Amino acid sequence: MTRLASGGRIDRSRPLRFTFDALPHTGFAGDTLASALLANGVRVVSQSVTYGRLRGIFSAGVEEPNALVQVGGGTGSEPMLRATQVELYDGLVAESLNARGRLSPEPDVARYDKLFAHCDVLVVGGGSTGLAAALAAGKAGARVILADEQAEVGGTFLGGRDLIDGRPATDWLAEVATDLAALPEVRVLSRATAVGYYDQNCVLIAQRRTAHLGPAAPAAMARQRLWQVRAKQVVLATGAHERPMVFAENDRPGIMLAGAVRTYVNRYGVVPGHRAVIFTNNDSAYACAIDLDDAGLDVPAVVDVRPNPAGGWPDRVRERGIEVLAGQVVSDTAGGNRGLESVWAGQRIDCDLLCVSGGFNPAVHLFTQSQGRLRYDETLACFVPDEATQAVAVAGAANGTFGLRDCIQEGLAAGAAAASAVGFGDGHPAGAPQVETVAEHPIVPFWLVPDESGATQFVDLERDVTVADVRRAVGAGMQSVEHVKRYTTIGTGSDQGKTAGINSAAIVGALLGQPVAAIGTTTFRPPYVPVSFALFAGRTRGQLFDPARVTPIHPWHVAHGAVFENVGQWKRPWYFPHDGETMEQAVLRECRAVREGVAAMDVSTLGKIDIQGTDALRFLNRIYTNAYDTLAVGHCRYGLMCKADGMVFDDGVVMHVGPDRYLATTTSGGAAAVLDWMEEWLQTEWPDFRVRLTSVSDQWATVAVAGPRSREVLRALAPAMAADAVSFPFMAIREGMVAGIPARVCRISFSGELAFEINVASWYGLRLWEAVMAAGEPFGITPYGTEAMHVLRAEKGYAIIGQDTDGTVTPQDLGMSWVVSKKKDFIGRRSHRRADTARPDRMHLVGLLPVEPEDLLPEGAQLILEPRQEPPVAIVGHVTSSYRSAALGRTFALALVKGGRDRMASQVYAPLPDRLHPATVTEPIFYDKEGLVRDG
Amino acid sequence: MLLIPCPWCGQRDEIEFRYGGAAHVEYPADPETVDDATWARYLFVRPNPKGPLAERWCHSQGCRRWFNIVRDTVTHQIMRSYRMEEAP
Repeated sequence: MTRLASGGRIDRSRPLRFTFDALPHTGFAGDTLASALLANGVRVVSQSVTYGRLRGIFSAGVEEPNALVQVGGGTGSEPMLRATQVELYDGLVAESLNARGRLSPEPDVARYDKLFAHCDVLVVGGGSTGLAAALAAGKAGARVILADEQAEVGGTFLGGRDLIDGRPATDWLAEVATDLAALPEVRVLSRATAVGYYDQNCVLIAQRRTAHLGPAAPAAMARQRLWQVRAKQVVLATGAHERPMVFAENDRPGIMLAGAVRTYVNRYGVVPGHRAVIFTNNDSAYACAIDLDDAGLDVPAVVDVRPNPAGGWPDRVRERGIEVLAGQVVSDTAGGNRGLESVWAGQRIDCDLLCVSGGFNPAVHLFTQSQGRLRYDETLACFVPDEATQAVAVAGAANGTFGLRDCIQEGLAAGAAAASAVGFGDGHPAGAPQVETVAEHPIVPFWLVPDESGATQFVDLERDVTVADVRRAVGAGMQSVEHVKRYTTIGTGSDQGKTAGINSAAIVGALLGQPVAAIGTTTFRPPYVPVSFALFAGRTRGQLFDPARVTPIHPWHVAHGAVFENVGQWKRPWYFPHDGETMEQAVLRECRAVREGVAAMDVSTLGKIDIQGTDALRFLNRIYTNAYDTLAVGHCRYGLMCKADGMVFDDGVVMHVGPDRYLATTTSGGAAAVLDWMEEWLQTEWPDFRVRLTSVSDQWATVAVAGPRSREVLRALAPAMAADAVSFPFMAIREGMVAGIPARVCRISFSGELAFEINVASWYGLRLWEAVMAAGEPFGITPYGTEAMHVLRAEKGYAIIGQDTDGTVTPQDLGMSWVVSKKKDFIGRRSHRRADTARPDRMHLVGLLPVEPEDLLPEGAQLILEPRQEPPVAIVGHVTSSYRSAALGRTFALALVKGGRDRMASQVYAPLPDRLHPATVTEPIFYDKEGLVRDG
Repeated sequence: MLLIPCPWCGQRDEIEFRYGGAAHVEYPADPETVDDATWARYLFVRPNPKGPLAERWCHSQGCRRWFNIVRDTVTHQIMRSYRMEEAP
């Protein structure tokens, strides 16, 4: 055991059992998985991704590159967590990972939530700086959110042994936490990592709420919560990440960041070894030597690259009899299957722990995401924040301010200034507490121990990239650190190179003979830590992401075995197969029923827009390509609309239902877009029009009754309604009782047959449908679906907008000049005269009859003119609709073909994988060209 | 993600809005009398400045009103928000 008998912030009265790679262990409440593993003497936690080298816990935080674990089993299993961030709970099950986690094959049943929040000051980071900033801003009266990634606030100094006002720093911490809790406008978020910083001070925070509770997590509580915070001012107190040293064999278990070792000793009461050497270029690691010495470890030497380390920290270490090897480096290490056994620093030193510190990189990730600029500070040997572009201040270690006293002062000042900027307080913080400081000997930047091969000098531990790889990249001509990153994969692991990035830039610089300042950093992209997709999705899953819309008649369709297809968000019956029937057989039967008897279809999904006002007619004349002046009340008319570029956008039927009142139908998928389009013109171009638009798509249910015997069915349903061809002509509207329900009946046909569309209030929809089916039974009424509807309309050459058109097709291309007014202006009219729109060789809608009558061309098939061509083969068009026709006894298709109307009776070919399929170009109408059956 | 001031509803999150492109693109008073180049400019040519841009938005998940804002395309700062009938 390497657990100290006392000390640390763990609760020794609450032991917790857990397993790692199936072996049982025990830790304490307050442990992370990493600290508990170290306490149990687990030194090897993974094998590296490329070389299979043994790796141990390297850090104590978010930057961990080695200790990736899979936690939990079954559906709650979480892949790719860092052991340094997993809080221990009783019964925790963890497995080591070789660079890649495993997603559970089962859907995640946990709940993930989102929360939008606003505040005056957002403080990111709950270390000494962030606590001071939140306190100062909160005391000034500002509404403050403090987001801290750990289970308890305190940050790095939980792992230190500083004194504040002569007492342990943790006492001060407890006081500040109490003060903050007493401020009603201050909210402290724990286990909350700010992962992205976006425009207008929008910061995304991922909060873990139940994972630390393990099986005891309340089921009703969201597992994680995504905070989208809008802050008037942001204070970034995100701290700094310690840099590793780069030397040969620097990846053995037992080689750890010096600051992390301090955290394990002081916060968790764990010593990760027995005999420790320190390797550093700065003073901070000397504190580590002292902590380890106090904990009873052998500390034979501090290896310091600086030629003359002097002053407070080195003297204190020397006083303890610890040798300081000045101007020396660790150039190699040796070890076995438990990791480190000795290091070479001009002499062999036996040790099982090597604490390294190459200085600190301010955690500027969020600052650069906010579009802030960085500069390289020569004195501090790191990149620090420079110019900000948003209302953001950076304080403490994140700003290159490393001493505890200075961090607290800077935090207080930043918090007070941020509050003052939004009108709270005078910007002057309360006095800072007294903190003992030691004069520091300056850091000497040191990036790379000279080594000929570099093959075991690891730069990026997670991605297993070495100095040799960087050398190869530079040798191949890469000069930009972004190129080297992509060539070597440095920084592309799930840790995003938090310990590797700056070192790699400096090494590239060293190889190119340029200073690191000239090389710069790679881009720090969000998210700062990996975030699960489930959290981004939140509750917006399944029906709440993409709801399915159903009509009031839907239950009948389900009960009668309909096969559904998706039309936009609608579920529409595709066809109604009888027992043992194929789709082809069912559709042919349904088509035959429409052509020869009577059939019914649920067309409630059509979009419906109520248009009212004294300018309604003027409005319709501008929106639609055709004119409505002559449309009398009680009649309806087919209408087509174009975008301003002259291309067909949508179509439908406009009913004149009363004085200054119309009801326009749209395609099922286009309802929302058409209403938006109409509103846009009304509000932006014609604000003087007195017109109001209301969506009534869901308010009306509509049943189409089609076929030569449909009139008989209507008569049975509505004996009082005169339904003969003279009394109820084509495109007329009648209102009256149908099956005892107030209804509006239109004589509209989308199949060419005699047909009636019966509209009732939607809550009567199912009753109407059942009445239609009952009244039609003596006539053999057949329910039909969208596929039969498609076949029937295609036989008549009626284009479906969005299937036979694609946003590049004009009404003229469709052969529908008859619906384009020559007398009035409408949206898109001018475009029909543009040179490109008036070209004779545009794509025209034509019919195709495959030469072999059983040959069904696939929709989307490309068409060519000549069967034998040298590549490149010229494409002249494509098939847009293709069906088997009961009425024709053969297959047929619609197609868009270049200059198609000039190619009547000529042949085109569809080159399909098996062979060329020849087809004859025809008029796009195949059935009842003269319109003889319309009146039944 | 922007916070957009709807002149009718106040500050709302961008997800509630639909973008409508550049504002003040004038529809020719009589499209029939303009030449092809002028019409093509109306259809296809839009300003793309680095800096302030007047643009239209629709509060489609809220009051469904169209309005204009002036937004700096570099900083995303929104300098002004005004109703359709207000002068640019």
